[in-house]
Amino acid sequence: MNVDETDLPGLGRRKDFMTASGRRIGVVEYREGQSELIVSTWDDPDTCQASIPLTADEAATLGNLLGGQHLAMQLSEAHREIPGIVTRQFSIASGSPFENQPMGKACIRTRSGVSIVAIMREGEVVPSPGPDVVLHRGDLLVAVGTQEGLDTAADILRNG
Amino acid sequence: MDPLALTLIELGAVVFCLGLLARLAERIGMSPIPLYLVGGLFFGAGGFMEFKGIQEFAHISGEIGVILLLLMLGLEYTATELVTGLRRSWQAGVLDLILNFLPGAGLAVLLGWGLVGAMVMGGVTYISSSGIAAKVITDLGRVGNRETPTILAILVFEDLAMALYLPILTAILAGVSFLGGLQTVGISLAVVTVVLMVALRHGHRVSQAVHSENSEVFLLNLLGAALLVAGVASALQVSAAVGAFMLGIAISGVTAHNATRILEPLRDLFAAIFFVAFGLNTDPASIPPVIGWALALALLTALTKMGTGIWAAKRVGIAVPGRFRAGATLIARGEFSIVIAGLAVASGAVQSELAALATAYVLIMAIVGPLAAKYIEPLVRAFRRPAKPQPAGVA
Repeated sequence: MNVDETDLPGLGRRKDFMTASGRRIGVVEYREGQSELIVSTWDDPDTCQASIPLTADEAATLGNLLGGQHLAMQLSEAHREIPGIVTRQFSIASGSPFENQPMGKACIRTRSGVSIVAIMREGEVVPSPGPDVVLHRGDLLVAVGTQEGLDTAADILRNG
Repeated sequence: MDPLALTLIELGAVVFCLGLLARLAERIGMSPIPLYLVGGLFFGAGGFMEFKGIQEFAHISGEIGVILLLLMLGLEYTATELVTGLRRSWQAGVLDLILNFLPGAGLAVLLGWGLVGAMVMGGVTYISSSGIAAKVITDLGRVGNRETPTILAILVFEDLAMALYLPILTAILAGVSFLGGLQTVGISLAVVTVVLMVALRHGHRVSQAVHSENSEVFLLNLLGAALLVAGVASALQVSAAVGAFMLGIAISGVTAHNATRILEPLRDLFAAIFFVAFGLNTDPASIPPVIGWALALALLTALTKMGTGIWAAKRVGIAVPGRFRAGATLIARGEFSIVIAGLAVASGAVQSELAALATAYVLIMAIVGPLAAKYIEPLVRAFRRPAKPQPAGVA
């Protein structure tokens, strides 16, 4: 992927690329530290249809959502042969009982039979996380299991 | 009344009015500069009320305002940005200089103001307002647009051109001979080059010298250094403002960021007083006779800036709407045109009509510029629709 980086003297820096559908999408990083998600209009790649200011938390979450979706799709593809196995993503919302707790405390595998195969965090993947990995707000857990098992796991993560 | 009490009352009234004007400008979404100028006309010689007590203070404060304006301009850019900007866009910068310097200079010659007048008016019409342009780009959500780097690069070029132009202007206004002028230009070229080199390699040391964790110490260091450098530059006939600009460039990184934050309120105050002081010294009665010329000049230089922007944007492969946006964003003239005219008026080497013409011109351009930038987009769209009858989904 070719990401263009352009200096904006006095303001900051723009990083963007052209999508296959002909839209330009990217990020403006301001010198003061804020970042903005930019999306071009459909008919003119020079013009921005939207520039959305994102906080650091929001940017990390968005990165996780996009990356997690991709990972989950790959996993579902791999599991398609095995009937009854589904991949799902869980995010750790603020107020989750396991925020800032080691994952092992939730005992997800014992209680629901579901495996957490990866954690997406700040745009990066933690593959096959062990029970002592501490969960943070905004983390995206990629889980594999049966439909019922995943429902149970969702309930565990939400309500303890 | 006690003269001190009178001065305080006058100054308070002026600053308070400026506050009201700035609020009005914000409410209707325009640059406060034209309103400050009008405020100055109102209180100055030949205005509705003449405030004599604050003339002296306004004069010195205005000078400090110019120094702070240029210092902050320098802080805004790093030396690396200046050098890469210069390398990437010098062709557009030169075209900009030719297209927009000549109308002002030509009119000055036509009106019989001679070489000095031509030099001043050329500068007034040449330099876009980077303050207004940056605000327009941010307010209209165009930071991520593709033409924005082109606009910014032209503004960077103009600011560097100022660093050479102001010393030349100062020399001409002081009436030095051709040889003396060459000498000044030589000195300023050398100074600009040395500062850029120092800033590129040792910017952090300059930053360290003024930096302090204590904001009070930091502010005093900065302001002291700026005034010292400006004073020394002025003594060398290189123009005080350019000295401050170069100091701003040499300060970089986190220090520059903090310096901007800490100086902003001071700049706002002193720059506002500078605009008022300029208005104070202009007789409102002298404006109506030149308003026709100002309008003609405004129309012509709006078109030449437009042309500059369109050409520069076309060169980097930007589509038609983006080209027009680039042109329209550059139209606004403002603070630096007044800085140039202010230098000329203070030197006494130009006719008083020049101040009136510059005031009227900037009043028009500071108001028209942001409006043009905003409405050019729907205008271009309206004109392009019928010309492009492409059925959707041909593929």
